[in-house]
Amino acid sequence: MRHLLLLFCLLPVFSYAGEAVDMAKDPVLEKRMIGLAENLRCLVCQNESLASSHAELAEDLRREVREQMQKGMSDQEIIDYLVSRYGDFVLYDPPMKKATLILWYGPFALLLIGGIMLIYKVRKRKGDVAETELSAEDAQRAAALLGETSELPNQSKDTQA
Amino acid sequence: MTRFLVPFFVFVILAVFLFIGLKLNPSEVPSPLISKAAPSFTLPQLYAPAKQFSPQDMKGKVWLFNVWASWCVACENEHPLFMDLSRKNLVPILGMAYKDKPANSQIWLRRLGDPYLLAVSDIEGRVGIDYGVYGVPETYVIDKQGIIQYKQIGAVTQQILDEKILPLVKELQAK
Repeated sequence: MRHLLLLFCLLPVFSYAGEAVDMAKDPVLEKRMIGLAENLRCLVCQNESLASSHAELAEDLRREVREQMQKGMSDQEIIDYLVSRYGDFVLYDPPMKKATLILWYGPFALLLIGGIMLIYKVRKRKGDVAETELSAEDAQRAAALLGETSELPNQSKDTQA
Repeated sequence: MTRFLVPFFVFVILAVFLFIGLKLNPSEVPSPLISKAAPSFTLPQLYAPAKQFSPQDMKGKVWLFNVWASWCVACENEHPLFMDLSRKNLVPILGMAYKDKPANSQIWLRRLGDPYLLAVSDIEGRVGIDYGVYGVPETYVIDKQGIIQYKQIGAVTQQILDEKILPLVKELQAK
């Protein structure tokens, strides 16, 4: 029983995660296809690239890309074809457009707002801190707490501080 | 006072965005095919594989192009709506069985009824790619000039039919 369990534990060793490759007849073309597909999004499982997805549609799209490459189309022509069918959404590197301006500049705008707020806050706090000065009494108490004098802090005086 | 108001307003703005986000469907990708010509194809007819159909055959008519499959569960949900629509004879519906064995498509239509003027089979899903299909069912409204005017991703509901598809069809038919 224990041996069987051990065997089961070792089972995942035999599986490995690789690109979802089908039909690698022409290795050069296949490499080019995978290179292109890595920058394209699978539409069914949206957080996976077309190269790594096992979805049926991804397989079909890889076949389509492969066939278009065999026809001698350039990478850009193939990307244009897919964009005309599925929109900019298929690209992991979306082009700069009116609709994607927020996507490209939004984070920088947020950073700028955050930075301005931080500077404003820090400046304000600096002013606050400078105003409070340590009274002689407090200094004495602090010294006592830090063990610089053997004198114990006087509890009754605290209320006046 | 502003100490509390600023975070409060930031929270409200964030909450509004998140609330809108809740209602969005991330799997719905806006189609770039709207107001473009419906991609051309020739496919064998489901009931007569020797005969071909191509979208040019529908020139001059407004029609619905429904992409479905016998393995698709959501297709069964929307199917009664198409049956109803075909009985009313408002607009011709053409069906495309996507990545489906013709025998299975036929059994499915026999079981649930056939609302289609004509059905074709896209066995390998190539035409589906041309139409940007990524999740069946999908339904297109194509006008008299063969331009795609609307694309429904996922099952059509009575509400979508009444509020979007049928008014659009009427408008396009009047043109």
